[in-house]
Amino acid sequence: MSAHAEAHAVDHHDDHGHHHKETFITKYLFSQDHKMISKQYLITGLFMGIIGIAMSILFRLQLAWPEEPFTVLEIFLGKWAEGGVMDPSVYLALVTIHGTIMVFFVLTAGLSGTFSNLLIPLQIGARDMASGFLNMISYWLFFLSSVIMVMSLFVEAGPASAGWTIYPPLSALPQAIPGSGTGMTLWLVSMAIFIASSLLGSLNYIVTVLNLRTKGMSMTRLPLTIWAFFVTAIIGVVSFPVLLSAALMLIMDRSFGTSFFLSDIYIAGEVLHNQGGSPVLFEHLFWFLGHPEVYIVLLPALGITSEVIATNARKPIFGYRAMVASILAIAFLSTIVWGHHMFISGMNPFLGSVFTFTTLLIAIPSAVKAFNYITTLWKGNLQMNPAMLFSIALVSTFITGGLTGIILGDSALDINVHDTYFVVAHFHLVMGISALYGLFAGVYHWFPKMFQARMMNKNLGYVHFWITAVGAYGVFFPMHFIGMAGLPRRYYTNTAFPYFDDLADVNVVITIFAIITAAAQLIFLYNFIHSMFYGKKGPKNPWKSNTLEWTAEVKHIHGNWDGPIPHVHRWAYDYSKMNKDESDYVIPGQDFVPQHIPLQANEEEMNH
Amino acid sequence: MTAFLVVLVIILFGVAVMQMGKIFEMSRPATNTSEIANDKDNNTQGWLMLAMVLFIYALSAFSFYEWGDVLLPVSASEHGLQTDQLFLISMIIIFVVGIITQWLLHYFAFKYRGQKKQKALFYADNDRLEFIWTIIPVIVLAGLIIYGLFTWSDIMNVDADEDPLVIELYAYQFDWRARYSGDDNTLGEANVRLIEGVNQLGVDASDPYAQDDKIVNELHLPKGRKVLFKMRSQDVLHSAYMPHFRAQMNCVPGMITQFAFTPNMTTADMRADPEMKEKVAKINKIRTENNLALAVEGKELLEMYEFDYLLLCNKICGTSHYNMQMKIIVEEEEDFNKWIAEQPTLATVLKQ
Repeated sequence: MSAHAEAHAVDHHDDHGHHHKETFITKYLFSQDHKMISKQYLITGLFMGIIGIAMSILFRLQLAWPEEPFTVLEIFLGKWAEGGVMDPSVYLALVTIHGTIMVFFVLTAGLSGTFSNLLIPLQIGARDMASGFLNMISYWLFFLSSVIMVMSLFVEAGPASAGWTIYPPLSALPQAIPGSGTGMTLWLVSMAIFIASSLLGSLNYIVTVLNLRTKGMSMTRLPLTIWAFFVTAIIGVVSFPVLLSAALMLIMDRSFGTSFFLSDIYIAGEVLHNQGGSPVLFEHLFWFLGHPEVYIVLLPALGITSEVIATNARKPIFGYRAMVASILAIAFLSTIVWGHHMFISGMNPFLGSVFTFTTLLIAIPSAVKAFNYITTLWKGNLQMNPAMLFSIALVSTFITGGLTGIILGDSALDINVHDTYFVVAHFHLVMGISALYGLFAGVYHWFPKMFQARMMNKNLGYVHFWITAVGAYGVFFPMHFIGMAGLPRRYYTNTAFPYFDDLADVNVVITIFAIITAAAQLIFLYNFIHSMFYGKKGPKNPWKSNTLEWTAEVKHIHGNWDGPIPHVHRWAYDYSKMNKDESDYVIPGQDFVPQHIPLQANEEEMNH
Repeated sequence: MTAFLVVLVIILFGVAVMQMGKIFEMSRPATNTSEIANDKDNNTQGWLMLAMVLFIYALSAFSFYEWGDVLLPVSASEHGLQTDQLFLISMIIIFVVGIITQWLLHYFAFKYRGQKKQKALFYADNDRLEFIWTIIPVIVLAGLIIYGLFTWSDIMNVDADEDPLVIELYAYQFDWRARYSGDDNTLGEANVRLIEGVNQLGVDASDPYAQDDKIVNELHLPKGRKVLFKMRSQDVLHSAYMPHFRAQMNCVPGMITQFAFTPNMTTADMRADPEMKEKVAKINKIRTENNLALAVEGKELLEMYEFDYLLLCNKICGTSHYNMQMKIIVEEEEDFNKWIAEQPTLATVLKQ
């Protein structure tokens, strides 16, 4: 297989892409073309996103108006909301599946899967991924895992409800919570398939970036998007298998009577035979993936932002090498900070000290990135396209959410805010909202590339952006306060504690903002679907960008470039570069020099 | 079956719309640039960016003004004063950095909004700048890390010389029990396999240390004495969260975890705290208002609230996770001694 792929790739390299006759099935379903696969990822991801966000609205209704009857709850939840009042167990199911879907299915597969697939071959100058076949398998495994996850919503006792972190014993014992029966089994099966999909995808991305770069495209000339996708894929390959092993051991504990994570349990009137396992072991294994996962979600968003900000600022990204170094530093550190989720798990306090140290270190490369983005805006000529707005907003939420990480990463402070709404506010801003902004920025920016020069409506884009930007802060800023008031997360209602009565109105405010923000996503959906078919056709390179994807054919052909693959002669960020005598741009009248343009006579060569 | 037909109809409708779209498509001009931001868009969006940063500031100010009073009151434990201090310092740093960087980000977005005749500055790197904003976080974070680590080890390392009062916190779906170690200040051995009848915590009845243990469902603590909690769980993970004492530790089946703190305010002290009085008054005002509505509907009225310290479960543990609580009462040493003397020992309970 690999030998075949290589031969295939090599002959594509020098030759025109040869065109096969495509049937409906090979073009739209079992396509091996990276552009089609990326669209498949995006649309599946968006579909899962609709489910995930809709769930959040359902449980936000319960949090704001606890135990009030809502017809909408009865419609969607049926027997779990008799008379429109949500059942406590389905509340937990909703938060669990919301977390799972958003983290894995939307922000991992929907974001990284979409844009790695679309951009890696196009931006490095390759005809396709190293293995189109593996790429296709990767997507279909993802699709299968999505189907199983959605199916799990309909099982008799309800879907998995142990939180998206599925800590055993809760997730291992159906006696402990109804969702830990068939629902949990399907969750684990779905995730195991998801991990296989993610690994196949990641290996493909790594191999493609290493081997299939066009002539002249050295690693230091790669656009930052590619650096981000490349490093993300490496983190995925390092950490996802650990989650697979945790999932397998949990399956064994659940179904075959082993005791990896279970010990000394008395439940439902009887003692279980399990002895010697430790739930803390599961936490270690889970977070060994779980924390890098944050960066698997975030780095592609930051990569997209780097590209979008530089292009729309008409300026080179500030500190290209520092940006690459920060990506590498973040990736490395991300694998040795997992213990900060476990300061109060009962692990040795000395370990807590070590993890505090490594965790706060990660703030340094993150700060460098934030400052570099700000400096890139400085003295730019900012083109306020919707993608640019989302990128700027990403930097804003990345800063806001990142800063509260200083509190949570500090073991002494974490004691009191651990598992409160402060954490919920923190991670939603820093990884949830930021990564979603990255996704939106990517969609608005590369929509013309995906849908053959059709462009999304910019005014709808502006409306979508502003409601989302204001709404996201409206949801998550007040949430810090109820966290600092000591309110635990994952409570079905807070009315059992009169002490929290004064938080009720904050919860109402949050829910109202959440509903408005979610409604604004419908504008995006409309814009997306409508533009797919009726969008106005823009120019070939609408954003006047330097990267190679805009030199590829507008019409999607297998092999991307009709003629030979362009060679690369410069980095991706020669925006507004002046000629030697500072009289005009390098190319007179044009403020950008695409990567495939050779060094001009009156141009100074720079080593970035 | 109906559902299937509905889905089928929707799909077919979608296909029809697509086909119609393709027909419309044929009569359109080839390319246009109307969906790319022009100077007018840049101008509007630039101003809106400026408005955005003002919105962020206003939202922060409003939140503090409106909800500043919901935050936790002064710490009721000694180490909590230290962590609150560290929390405050971190928060000040966060706010200073946040306010400055958000301003720069949005202000630059506003100031350099694009115009046709404007030229961007080709400015690719500057090692000195990079160095400055690497070294500043390094220094600030080094300070925070060192401060944080000292605080952490102070909290987590329990000195045996301090003679802490040893209490077991026992968690199960969905309640808490506390086991006092009695006169010998040593807990008897226990294991879930020994759970039987009234011996709900599975204490080893033959262990001499266990005889004077006392099991209660309301946690009383003496003011000014260090308390060492040994935590156990019977079934799934729970987390013993005592927000007013800035204390939290998971309860893990199969192992014993621990956390220690010294309460420094009795329940009465905290009730008399002006900030707390205000909070309780506010809560009771809300409850009175809610009661008006409940009375109209003929439902049961809410009781008026009086402050008590709380132990909450803070790790998802099952359907009734949201209502797994225990009352904590901190009192003067003599009151505590009187109360504990009244509690029956395990030996007497098991004999009955």
